[in-house]
Amino acid sequence: MNLSILKSDKKNLNSFIAIGGTLILIGFIDIIFSSFFSTNITAFLPDKISYLTPLLFGLFGLYLIRIEFSGNKLLDKVNTNFNSSNFNALLTLLVIFALIKYIPPLLNWFVFDANFAGNTKEDCTSGGACWVFIKVWLNRFVYGLYPDTEQWRINTAFLTLFLLVGASFFVPQRYKKYIIIFLLFVYPIIGLKLISGGDFGLKYVETGAWGGLSLTFIVSAFALILCFPIGTILALGRRSKLPAIRYTSIGFIELWRGVPLITVLFMSAVMFPMFLPDGTYVDKLIRVLIAITLFEAAYMAEVVRGGLQALPKGQYEAAKSLGMGYWRMHFLIILPQALKLVIPGIANTFLALVKDTPLIFVVGLLELAGMVNLAKTNPKWLGMAMEGYVFAGLVFWVICYVMSRYSQNLEKKLKTER
Amino acid sequence: MSKIIELKNVNKWFDKFQALKDINLEVNQQEKIVICGPSGSGKSTLIRCINRLEEHQDGQIIVDGKEISENTKDLEKIRAEVGMVFQQFNLFPHLSILDNCTLAPIWVKKMPKKDAEALAMKNLERVQIADQAKKFPGQLSGGQQQRSALARALCMEPKIMLFDEPTSALDPEMIKEVLDAMVDLAKAGMTMIVVTHEMGFAKEVADNMIFMDEGKIVEKAKTKEFFENPKSDRTKLFLSQIL
Repeated sequence: MNLSILKSDKKNLNSFIAIGGTLILIGFIDIIFSSFFSTNITAFLPDKISYLTPLLFGLFGLYLIRIEFSGNKLLDKVNTNFNSSNFNALLTLLVIFALIKYIPPLLNWFVFDANFAGNTKEDCTSGGACWVFIKVWLNRFVYGLYPDTEQWRINTAFLTLFLLVGASFFVPQRYKKYIIIFLLFVYPIIGLKLISGGDFGLKYVETGAWGGLSLTFIVSAFALILCFPIGTILALGRRSKLPAIRYTSIGFIELWRGVPLITVLFMSAVMFPMFLPDGTYVDKLIRVLIAITLFEAAYMAEVVRGGLQALPKGQYEAAKSLGMGYWRMHFLIILPQALKLVIPGIANTFLALVKDTPLIFVVGLLELAGMVNLAKTNPKWLGMAMEGYVFAGLVFWVICYVMSRYSQNLEKKLKTER
Repeated sequence: MSKIIELKNVNKWFDKFQALKDINLEVNQQEKIVICGPSGSGKSTLIRCINRLEEHQDGQIIVDGKEISENTKDLEKIRAEVGMVFQQFNLFPHLSILDNCTLAPIWVKKMPKKDAEALAMKNLERVQIADQAKKFPGQLSGGQQQRSALARALCMEPKIMLFDEPTSALDPEMIKEVLDAMVDLAKAGMTMIVVTHEMGFAKEVADNMIFMDEGKIVEKAKTKEFFENPKSDRTKLFLSQIL
């Protein structure tokens, strides 16, 4: 048997697979032992070499099994996708080794060593994550400082909202538009009234007490619903033939795009009341909502304008030649197509908006991340920052992921062949 | 026969380039006019001025008794009476063929949806495309799309139809189906102004021919005379090149 070490070929396929496979296996066993059992099976070698042994074994093994057109389907697939050159083999090994090395400690922290039982920080003894913190504070993370006895109002408001949204997906087409109109124009007022109270025998709860995840939803939802039409109008305004409208739109967009959100929020809280006549008072939350809405509307305007510009001139001309005026042309022909084109951009802006909501802490409103911030400074729960932020991060990720999936579905659904 | 379109000394500039020079033209009801000429001669600009997709800077354009200028208030009403078929079809890709046809009658003419659909089906049948009504423009061939565009314009029941090189973007084998639909329309008595290079169509349908070059109307004549005995040398040269 003529085994040339440097050049693998098809003739001795099985020998190469056997030797290469064994080498790779040794590499994997080495890394698995060192990451799961903390034993270094190559400890007899000098330090640095022993550290690199899994990589060296793996690389050489992969080199040996790199045989083109071997006829073995699995081997060919591995070779073309993960092992096409020495560099690719190295990348493949590094990725796999990194996963083996870092996944177990993460899992340990998250699940196996984590503490779930108990009610105080002292119950967290095993060294992993202290989920007790989240458990104890969960109510605050969701409802903020809203009084416990009144929380059913928030629950009712959101439950109704979800039921209505759900219903709008399942009812027949001709009722759908009524539900959507109700959702957009009537429900926000009912929902806000229910949560803020003050009438109908409901106890008044000032907005300073609102907070947590429910506030995240309230701020996001209002800003989303409002910034979209304002942005669209601004986009149309920027393309208007009338100089007054065009320059106003440009000025507005560039002004709001040019300032950081945090300064806008700060101004809405501190400077805005100074311009109001004495004795008038606009609620903090309302001011913040207006600030975020206008800020995001400026971004939305540019996204929508991108879509408007992507439409061929012929669409405008066809609409005009059929006798449509400006508004009919835009609402029936131009916007439906332009908005469909920029769904990814709209989703982008919406996601950014949701993730911008924590900034309202500058005016003293504490949504989810703000409540986590507050909880971790509680003397009884010092040192829980990691758990808190990981939790907040996960919740934000879930919200954003759902939105992102929905936008992708919408894109597919609305797609008509061009 | 009464005049329905009248252009008096119309001039148009794109910045410094003069696209139309002293155009005078009268179109009678039920008259069919074919405009030909080399590219860049202002043919398209001329008919696009008639429904003010382009603005003229000087002279008068009178359509159905109303002058078109920047002061025209009911420009939309005039446009609704002037149908147009474009070189690139310009169907609305987000709507089905049927919706393409019913949209303007419903929203501009305030026609009840049922009537609009009946009218649309009638016109789609007229251009022999009724079986494609539920499809979207992107699913049709070029010839079918152009016939749908014709049906869409007809649904507004226009008094005048403008055609801006309707067959230039089509494969040769699809040109005939579109021209056939246009011939039918001409026979039904529609007033038509057609910019085209299809001289066979012109000979069959046109009452008058117009030859344009460099923004001017070089020659206007009865169709037979135009082809058999053109007066200007420029026309002779052009005809010798395309016939």
